[in-house]
Amino acid sequence: MTLTFELQKQKERTPVVAQTVFLGLGLVLLLLAPLFFYPVFLMKILCFALFACAFNLLLGYTGLLSFGHAAFFGGAAYFTAHAVKEWGVPPELGILVGVVGAALLGAVIGFFAIRRQGIYFAMITLALAQMFYFFCLQAEFTHGEDGIQSVPRGHLFGLLDLSQSSNMYYFVLAIFVIGIAIIWRIINSPFGMILKSIRENETRAISLGYSVRNYKLAAFVMSAALTGLAGGLKALVFQFATLTDVGWQMSGEVILMTLLGGIGTLIGPLFGAALVVTLQNYLATSEFPVTIITGVVFMACVLLFRRGIVGEFYNSRLGRRLGFEHRQKH
Amino acid sequence: MVLAARGLRRDFGGFTAVKDVDLDVHHARVHALIGPNGAGKTTVFNLLTKFLQPTHGTITLLGEDITNTAPDKVARMGLVRSFQISAVFPHLTVLDNVRVALQRPNRLATQFWKPLSALDALNGKADQLIRSVGLEKERNALAADLSYGRKRVLEIATTLALDPKVLLLDEPMAGMGHEDVGMVAEIIREVARERAVLMVEHNLSVVATLCHHVTVLQRGEILAEGDYASVSDDPRVRTAYMGTEEA
Repeated sequence: MTLTFELQKQKERTPVVAQTVFLGLGLVLLLLAPLFFYPVFLMKILCFALFACAFNLLLGYTGLLSFGHAAFFGGAAYFTAHAVKEWGVPPELGILVGVVGAALLGAVIGFFAIRRQGIYFAMITLALAQMFYFFCLQAEFTHGEDGIQSVPRGHLFGLLDLSQSSNMYYFVLAIFVIGIAIIWRIINSPFGMILKSIRENETRAISLGYSVRNYKLAAFVMSAALTGLAGGLKALVFQFATLTDVGWQMSGEVILMTLLGGIGTLIGPLFGAALVVTLQNYLATSEFPVTIITGVVFMACVLLFRRGIVGEFYNSRLGRRLGFEHRQKH
Repeated sequence: MVLAARGLRRDFGGFTAVKDVDLDVHHARVHALIGPNGAGKTTVFNLLTKFLQPTHGTITLLGEDITNTAPDKVARMGLVRSFQISAVFPHLTVLDNVRVALQRPNRLATQFWKPLSALDALNGKADQLIRSVGLEKERNALAADLSYGRKRVLEIATTLALDPKVLLLDEPMAGMGHEDVGMVAEIIREVARERAVLMVEHNLSVVATLCHHVTVLQRGEILAEGDYASVSDDPRVRTAYMGTEEA
């Protein structure tokens, strides 16, 4: 009896231990990565990974497919770049300006979009994001097609010089970890449980008395704010903010990253972003168009492993043994 | 009287699905809404719970006009329904399904900063509900893995979790085995001691033993009303159900 109980306890502990080991290993790899890879390349991956994870909060956990997330990503990049360059605020405050700006933008776009479902929701987000794109094209503070350039990285809390790549990398890594921790907390909270129930059966959630629109809007604003965190960070990493970040192609790219990595998995979008950014970087000098390669990869992913890279791993025999089993609608 | 409808009508283009329906649902009574397929029973349910807006007519719940009230607010006022096709959260466990229903009344639905373990405070009440519908063995199973009948039972548990004042059950026995039918009938009888219950049901033996009042619908209109004995003796009802008065 005692032996059975001990075996059961050991069986329950295995996934927790395995998951902790994976998490620790991932953190160590990220800490050591600048020794092996170009820091700006790594920072780009982390920015896009955070963007994709924030997008996944909406798609994977609330079931809302937004086609306008570039507005929050690129908008925050503009807000942060403008605040840091023109107002001379420190980088941490500049990022905060980007986050608040993206959240406000999210509240406006979300307010209109959540009134519709499915393809109509996606189209409204796309239309409003494109309106924002043309606003950015015309507005004076964005400098039109030139964008905001030579954005100073500044000193973190007035102490740490972020113009040094290694300092900037660890700053980006810290923000990335904080962003992922916030997303993890949201999806593993009482509120996150209601989001999942809305994704699973919206009509039932309404019949249980939940104001589904309010929950969707809250999730939309949270996702926009976290996307803004990634956008603001990207403006500091690359020291510019341009129209590329607010265009519809960017909204498409984040969908691609999320699908490739695995919808509804916390770290799936990280792998999706890493794959897409790596392909873009290494094929940039090739004569073969990158978009065709990413298109082929996307098709292969949809046809061969619909759960995405991480989703398939979670559902593999090894993944299940390690306690990662993942149940999601496809 | 806790729920009342007057002159309820719903048009879909040129088709009238529900026409001039008056309905009174009383406290501590089980009211059955019966009728052949396509009679408009589920449409009436959708109108009463505000999932559909009536073209004409008024609905009052506990004396308050809810004709233009949103469905989620109607649920918060105490009018809770189940669905014809089992409505559960398929990729959540049985326990989580019940806890989701308990979260809102226990003010544990908006906290995005708290860990999931905060929901453990609901386990006592959730387990009690799970036991009351005989799902304790499936407590940690995914709702998607339950049989159809067990899903219906789970839906009833989540509906009861809200402690509603009026319960609208749309074919609660559909797809259930004999054991479950008896158990659910007993649950409904128990529940109706302190609440009003309006149910759509095709199982006429259940209607006969459980319901105090029966309303028969045909082609969107009320055909007959009264207790089961008087309604079942009504030749119009016999004709509607069997196609012949002598049946």
